[in-house]
Amino acid sequence: MLETPKRKNPVLRTRLPTLPPAARSRVALGLTAAAALGRFELQQCRDCGTVQYPPREACQQCLSVHLPWNPQPAEGELLSSTVLHHSNDLFFRERLPWRLGLVRLDCGPTVVAHLHGGVPPAPARVRAAARLDRAGQAVLVALPEKETSNMADDRQLREFTCDPKFRKVLVTDGKTVAGQAIVKALAKAGAELIWVGHAEPWKRSPGFDELNKMSQVTLLPLDVTDSKNVREVAAQIGGKVDILVNNAEHHRAFGIGNRPGVETARAEMDVNYFGLLRLAQEFGPAMRLRGADGLASAVAWVNVLSIYALANFPPHGTFSASKAAAHSLAQCLRAEMRPAGVRVVNVFPGPIDDEWNQLLPPPKVAAAGLANAIVDALRDGVEDVYPGDVAQEWLERWRDNPKALERELSL
Amino acid sequence: MSVLNSFIGELTAGKIRVVDLTQTLSPEFPQISLPPEMGQAWPFRIEEVSRYDERGPAWYWNNFSCGEHTGTHFDAPIHWVSGKDLPNNATDSIPPQRFIGPACVLDCSREAAADADFLLTVKWIKGWEKKHGRIPPRAWVLMRTDWSKRSADPVGYQNYDETGQHTPGPDTDAVKFLVGERDLLGFGTESIGTDAGQAQHLRPPYPCHYYMHGAGRYGLQCLTNLDQLPPTGAVVVAAPLKIRNGSGSPLRVLALMESK
Repeated sequence: MLETPKRKNPVLRTRLPTLPPAARSRVALGLTAAAALGRFELQQCRDCGTVQYPPREACQQCLSVHLPWNPQPAEGELLSSTVLHHSNDLFFRERLPWRLGLVRLDCGPTVVAHLHGGVPPAPARVRAAARLDRAGQAVLVALPEKETSNMADDRQLREFTCDPKFRKVLVTDGKTVAGQAIVKALAKAGAELIWVGHAEPWKRSPGFDELNKMSQVTLLPLDVTDSKNVREVAAQIGGKVDILVNNAEHHRAFGIGNRPGVETARAEMDVNYFGLLRLAQEFGPAMRLRGADGLASAVAWVNVLSIYALANFPPHGTFSASKAAAHSLAQCLRAEMRPAGVRVVNVFPGPIDDEWNQLLPPPKVAAAGLANAIVDALRDGVEDVYPGDVAQEWLERWRDNPKALERELSL
Repeated sequence: MSVLNSFIGELTAGKIRVVDLTQTLSPEFPQISLPPEMGQAWPFRIEEVSRYDERGPAWYWNNFSCGEHTGTHFDAPIHWVSGKDLPNNATDSIPPQRFIGPACVLDCSREAAADADFLLTVKWIKGWEKKHGRIPPRAWVLMRTDWSKRSADPVGYQNYDETGQHTPGPDTDAVKFLVGERDLLGFGTESIGTDAGQAQHLRPPYPCHYYMHGAGRYGLQCLTNLDQLPPTGAVVVAAPLKIRNGSGSPLRVLALMESK
């Protein structure tokens, strides 16, 4: 179990982030695409059924090129293990010793996997998982067969996750029901300190005063539409933030025709898109420098987007557009944060059970559900999260046929 | 010596003092807030264009944005539905001599300190006139409440609770009296509106906006430094930006007063 990290020695230089090997073929990115969603998928030949790893252009059994990525059972047998004491790779060199093993998966292939400290010596049953590493690429990890206590504390596993435990977090809006739930979930997950932003301090919001009573919480006036304010807050705490959760959001339920003018749409863009841009410009640089800052390094940036970012939901048309813009910018942010090993987690919830979705029928995502999904994503090292039944269903429809989803949503 | 020459002479000699009645435009200054489903006035926001850097090597400048009713601002009659069809009712068409007028400063600071919902009444105004003389025609009537002293604290300045905003203002009869019997130029306050915070519950709702603008009179709000003005004798210069068909504008409000 992890001890509370010691205070940093300010005489020593903060080491710059390094990354594990990041090059992948286009085919191999299939593993990353699944791991980004927290799924374990391997290539499976459509013609002969063989499951293979590592990914290849053709089936190793029958040379077929029809190799869809299918979910696979992740159980397997650890055949042997070894401990690296030397590496010429900068990333692993700084993290030695490093434990690796050979795992024969029940679905067929034998794979090299990073070993969790709780995995006993071979032979042993293990669970494999595809996890994103600090370079954002999928690698295979072997975990103990059964969940053990404090599993997430494993030194090697923590290199693949963004566990909030012992970390300092900024949640950009504590005034919403969702924001308050996120703060509470992070506190429960062991975050050491949570800064909670709140705009327009004269407007009271239910539940907000309760946050102030939590020992981890420090309230902070933060309005993402005010560049000066964002700059000053970043100057104040930017060098300490390990995880930034941007949940600040402006949401009104209008399309194009049922609201004259652009004021509402502009307000949505100002918070949902420009707000992210302002935060990224001001907090990004300091977080990038702290990607390797010990046990509690800068590690993740979470954007609460919306499933409407994938396809426009016309009754909330301008909101959808602002979230699509934010999604696009988040991809840019991800590219810029990746060299530092800081993961950008995009959350695409279905409609949240809040004021602005009042007229939408259930199922809606409860605030606590959204909060838990965010914490789970950080712990599991997932990059794209789709909380709620609506989001899950839309995601599948969108992956299957984006044009069909567009038509269905416009009915 | 002409009047203007002697005016400049007195100004240069320090015999005329210029008092700035304007709050600084800044992102922190609170803006008027309507219920969230309604359209909203923009707060003041400022973005740097360049600061002697690669975006513009030798110069510093900003772009700013705000609403017509942000910060210390002027209300034109067209702002309210009751004044929408009047002639010369917008910021660009109001005759410019109307931007200058004598000031009557009604010191309600004690009352406002005791009761945030204090309403100025006809009786109160008549009491003031007994001491300071009758309000002359075409005067700016400025309600001093010292509310501006709260402006460093946005929570106290806005003063919201579950029933909305609590700030002082005039009652319905006071507004009718000032318009109908004193022919004022306009009404000015230190809080965020010319009407009281709870004025949506008066009859009619927002009487100061309704009657003042319905009669072609003006409003000034978010004023400051009213405590530096004498009850009578100061002159206020309040010229809004010349926005075509504008309903109001942020502006610099100056008061001229004779030094003691």
